[in-house]
Parts: sequence; structure tokens; C-alpha cells
Amino acid sequence: MGEDALYTIDNVVPPNPIENLLRMDRIPHIWCPGCGIGTTVNCFVRALQTSGLDLDKVAIVSGIGCTGRVAGYIKLDSFHTTHGRAIPFATGLKLANPELKVIVYSGDGDLTAIGGNHFIHAARRNVDMTVILINNMTYGMTGGQVAPTTPISATASTTPYGNFEQTFNLPFLAESCGAVYVARWTAFHVRHATKSIKEALTKKGFSFVEILAACPTLYSRRNKLGDGLDQMIYFRDHSEIKHGADTKTVALDFQGKITVGKFVDIERPSYQQLMYDHLKKKLGDQYIPSPEMKNVYGKNGN
Amino acid sequence: MHDDSGVLTGAHFIDGDHACSEGAIAAGCRFVAGYPITPSTEIVERIAERFPFVGGVFIQMEDEIASSIAIQGAVWAGKKAMTVTSGPGFSLMMEHIGYAAMTETPCVFVDVQRAGPSTGLPTMPAQGDMMQARWGSHGDYGIIALCPNSPQECFDLTIRAFNLAEQFRVPVLLMMDECVGHMIERVIIPPAHEIQVFKRRYYHGPKNELLLFQPDKDLVPPMVKAGEGYQIHVTGLTHDENGYPNMTVGAQAKLVTRLVNKIRMNADTIIDYREDGVEGADIVVVTYGITSRTAIPAIEQARKEGMRIGHLRLVTAWPFPEKRIRELASKVKAFVVPELNLGQMVYEVERLASGKSKVELVPHAGGTVHNPKEIYAAIKHLVKG
Ligand code: SF4
Repeated sequence: MGEDALYTIDNVVPPNPIENLLRMDRIPHIWCPGCGIGTTVNCFVRALQTSGLDLDKVAIVSGIGCTGRVAGYIKLDSFHTTHGRAIPFATGLKLANPELKVIVYSGDGDLTAIGGNHFIHAARRNVDMTVILINNMTYGMTGGQVAPTTPISATASTTPYGNFEQTFNLPFLAESCGAVYVARWTAFHVRHATKSIKEALTKKGFSFVEILAACPTLYSRRNKLGDGLDQMIYFRDHSEIKHGADTKTVALDFQGKITVGKFVDIERPSYQQLMYDHLKKKLGDQYIPSPEMKNVYGKNGN
Repeated sequence: MHDDSGVLTGAHFIDGDHACSEGAIAAGCRFVAGYPITPSTEIVERIAERFPFVGGVFIQMEDEIASSIAIQGAVWAGKKAMTVTSGPGFSLMMEHIGYAAMTETPCVFVDVQRAGPSTGLPTMPAQGDMMQARWGSHGDYGIIALCPNSPQECFDLTIRAFNLAEQFRVPVLLMMDECVGHMIERVIIPPAHEIQVFKRRYYHGPKNELLLFQPDKDLVPPMVKAGEGYQIHVTGLTHDENGYPNMTVGAQAKLVTRLVNKIRMNADTIIDYREDGVEGADIVVVTYGITSRTAIPAIEQARKEGMRIGHLRLVTAWPFPEKRIRELASKVKAFVVPELNLGQMVYEVERLASGKSKVELVPHAGGTVHNPKEIYAAIKHLVKG
């Protein structure tokens, strides 16, 4: 193939429709072939593109890990923080400027092991943020160690004889702590996931979307589950869409049935709305909210 | 009543913790995240009470780790922010002091020191966190640490802590101690227009020309906040001037050297110490925080007896006044260093005295202050020797 032919091929490749929201100067990304994280990024960007949000006012915060790298590839104000601490960083960002839409995008180990305390408290307070959690059931970046999300009997580098620890049921955790929006999908369900992320983005309060994604390099291979495609087939064949399912019933086990869908979508005033309304009621005109607080939360009456 | 800017102008009779809260408000701090811990709690309690009247947001987070990173989110959203703690909480905050240093996030950490290690003596003083303040987070970085010795200075130095944080884009540590925190004295809060507040420097240039971590001549880059359309990227990874991760030896050397040098090269403008009778002295007592006050009766007694004793009080502990101690080392016979620990800042004095003069620590494991007699005994012993 001559140089001309290459040119022609280049010319017919349409630009990636999510390019405008990617930091193209940082591509290629670090993710392995077959990794599910990239697919979720695609869903996220498409959701963002159609969300109607002012993208100058959207900030994304990640912790540490393979999913923790997402913030670094998204062309928004983006913060790659410390391990487990994306949520408290995002809390500060949102509380200081409620005009921002704040998104936390990180992995299962980051958000629910080392960052678990922050996750439950942000949900309890109903801090206005969207948390997108990519669950690949392991610690990818450090080499496939056991996570709170690793199914019982799955093998990880630190559970060489299989995992025997109880696995977190994340939608149940999020709902019981007070999240107002809870959904779970897999990397196979790109349209559903995109729709859920879009709904979550425009929801007031703590919204949570869990997306199961394959880690072929460290989870699938070690557990003899094939490659990325095999995991996609598993997601397709074993998922059952059950909107409104009782989150108590959606726990995951090793290569078993996956209940997906939108489980929770309720209304509850956000942390800052409560703060604003409460202080206004108690202190009357003496209450001086920050200009941004007044702008965002002063409109809703009281 | 405070004025429009929130400054509580007037004469007050308050403790150091409350003075610190007022200093923060006067410095323009409008976001505080904290977690209850003795003996620092009064600072956040006063903030919680005062902030609704001055446009501030206070949140009691789930722990100190969360508090120390929430303030950094707030800074990137455009606020001035601080967190407040004591020893055990300070230990938990270490990673985020490093994050603030690495991402050049200007913010203030207040540590009202109590006796440690571990839970130690929660309600009693010590100065045992001084080296932790300097070196507690992993890796190389520069910070600034200030040591107030009175409620008035808790007010003044909290303002200075914010100003230095903004000027150099570093975490600044206000190293109080239980005594100073709970001591009640007269505190004069000047009118707002007499208080110097360093305004954060922002980049206002075109988006396509922004290099988020490109320093000015003083080695400090201007800030950009979220929500302005600049699409900034901030990471704790080693990064280039664009803010993008760059995992190379070259990028590491360039960035980390600058983080250290921006303090080293500006040390003269940061360093503050007070001298009394140092010129012509045979012995100089080097103190900081509450120890500066327990040393005074000892110094006065020795002077009465004809000994020539100088007093050098560190207002900034870090960066350490290296030049001055080196200079004095070739003039004086000895340094006496009383500390409410078993030897921390004394190592700096020893390093700089470098054998030219004697250095004697007056240690104390903490829980109360020195008996001035112990300091006097050390002075007397050195004069004789
Ligand atoms: S290690 Fe696993 S999670 Fe990480 S990039 Fe590779 S496949 Fe994805």
C-alpha cells in the first residue's frame, strides 16, 4: 500500500463523535485492549453531549486506579485526586461553587474500599453530585488484587485460593445511605447506560450509576473467563433488566445472573438546598449565603 | 458586630482558637472543612457560628482525610479555604498536604498541637509535630509553617498564613499548641481596610495559550479556577506545565525542584523571627510558640545575674532561618533550645551551628509547659562551662 492509499483511508475515517470532549493530545490512553472502561467513557460523553449542561460549568473528579485515569482524558475541568478521595474533593468543589455540575468517575476499589467512608456520607448528606462507578471487580492498576466487589470464589492475586469475603452490593449500599438515583448497567448496555448517566447528570442530589466492565488483563484471565469479548457475551447473556428492582435482591456472584436497570429515582432535597433553607429559616435576613449559593438555591422559594 | 467584609473590628478578650477563626474570616477564608478534635475544636465551632453571616460554607466532614481534601476542591472552585486539627488528625492529613504541595493548591492547615504520639494527652500541650509539619508527607516538597505565641498572633498569623499560601501557592501550616489555643488574652482586630489581604492571582489570558503550571519569575504559576471554560487538568502525578501526567525523570526533576525552590528562593521574604538582646549575647535562647513565653523569666533571671543572654523567637518555623543561625553560630558561645518535645527544631540549630557553638536542648515530653527554672539551669550551666 502506497502513501496515497493511506491518505485515502485516513480521509474516509469519520472523526470520533466524542472527540470534542476528549483530550485528544493525551490519546492513546493507557487502557488495555478489551478493557471495558473506554466503553463507559463513550457512554458518559454521549450522555454529556445531550444533557443540555453548560460544559464550561461541568467538572469531573477521579481518584486513583485504571478508572481513576478517566478525568485525565476528558476535556472538562478535570481533577485527578488521591486514592479514595474523589468524593470529598468533589464535595468541596460543589459546596464552594454550586453553579458547577460535579461528576465523580472512579473505580470500585477506589470508591468503596479506601473511599467507602466518603461514599456513604456523601450519599447520606445527598451532596449534589453524580457518581459513576466502574466496577471491574478487582484492582486493575496494581495488578489484580481482591476488592470489596470481587465475587466470592473468584481468584485475585491476593486471594490465590479464591475469595471468601462477602461482596458489596453497591446499589443496595447507595440506596440505604440515601442516594436519590441508583442504576446499574454493564459495558454491554451502552444505550441504557448512556440514558441512565444522562438522567443522573440532570438529577438534583446524589446520583449513582454503577457500570460493570471487564478487566480482561487481570480479572478475566486469572479466572479463566476468556478475553474482553467473552465478558461482553457473559454480560449480554446473564443480565436481566429489572427497573425498580429491590436493591436488596441485586447482589452479584461469580459469573451469575446480573440484575441491571434503574432501581431508585426519588426526590429529596440536596445537602446545599437543606443548608440554604435551614439557615434562611433560622437566621432570616441575617443569613448571608455566598453569591453562588444564593443564585442556585435561593430560587426555590422559602 | 462585624463589618460588611466580616471583620470583627475591635478589642476582644478571646482565646487563641477563636482568634484563629477571626483571622481566617478577616483573611477572606470562606470555606472550612473540619472534624472535631481537642484542642482545636473551638476554631471550627466559632467558624460554624460565624460563617452563615459572612457568606461562608462550613462542613463537618466524616474524618480529617476528607476535610483536608474537601478544602482543596473548594480552592479550585475559587474560595480561600482551611482545615483545622490536632495531632492524630494531622497525621491523617499528611497525604493531602503532599497533594496540595504537588498541585500547588493554596490552603491553610491549622494544627493545635497536643502531646503524642498516638492519642497521647488530648487536652495538654506539646510541640511534637514540628518535624512532621516539615517532612510528614512523602516525597520532596516545600511548605511554610508559622508558630503563634499568643491569641493576638493566632489572629495575625492566620491572616499571614492565608497570604503566604496565596503568594506561593503552597499549603501553609499554622502550628499552634494547646496553651496558645486555650489562652485568653486581649486581641485587637483592626478595621478591614487596615488588614492586608493577598488577592489570589488568576490567569486571564486566552484559553489556547494557557499552561496551567507555567511559573512566573517567582516560580509561582497564577491560578485558574473551575467553571471558567479553561478545561484545566490537575493531577497529583508528576506533570508538565500543561498539568498533564509526565512520567519521566526529566519532568520529575523540573517540577519537584521548582516546588522546593519556590520556598527556598523566596525564604528571605517568608522568614520572620523576633530578636531580643541577641547582639553581643554569649548565649541565645531559640524558642517558638508557647515556649517563647516560658523562656522569658529564665532569660530575665540570667540577665539580672549579669549573663549576656539573647532571645531569638521563630515566628516562621519553616522555612528555618538558616542564614541567621549560621551567622550567630560564629558569634555566640551556645544556643539553648527549649522545646515541648524531646528534640526536633534543635536538630536544625545543631546542623547550622555545625560545631562552631554549643547547642543544648531543654527537652520536655509535653503535657504542660517548661518550668522556667529548667531553662535557667541550662543557661547557667553553659555560661559556667
Ligand atoms: S488492567 Fe484491567 S481495568 Fe486496567 S486497563 Fe487493563 S483491562 Fe482495564
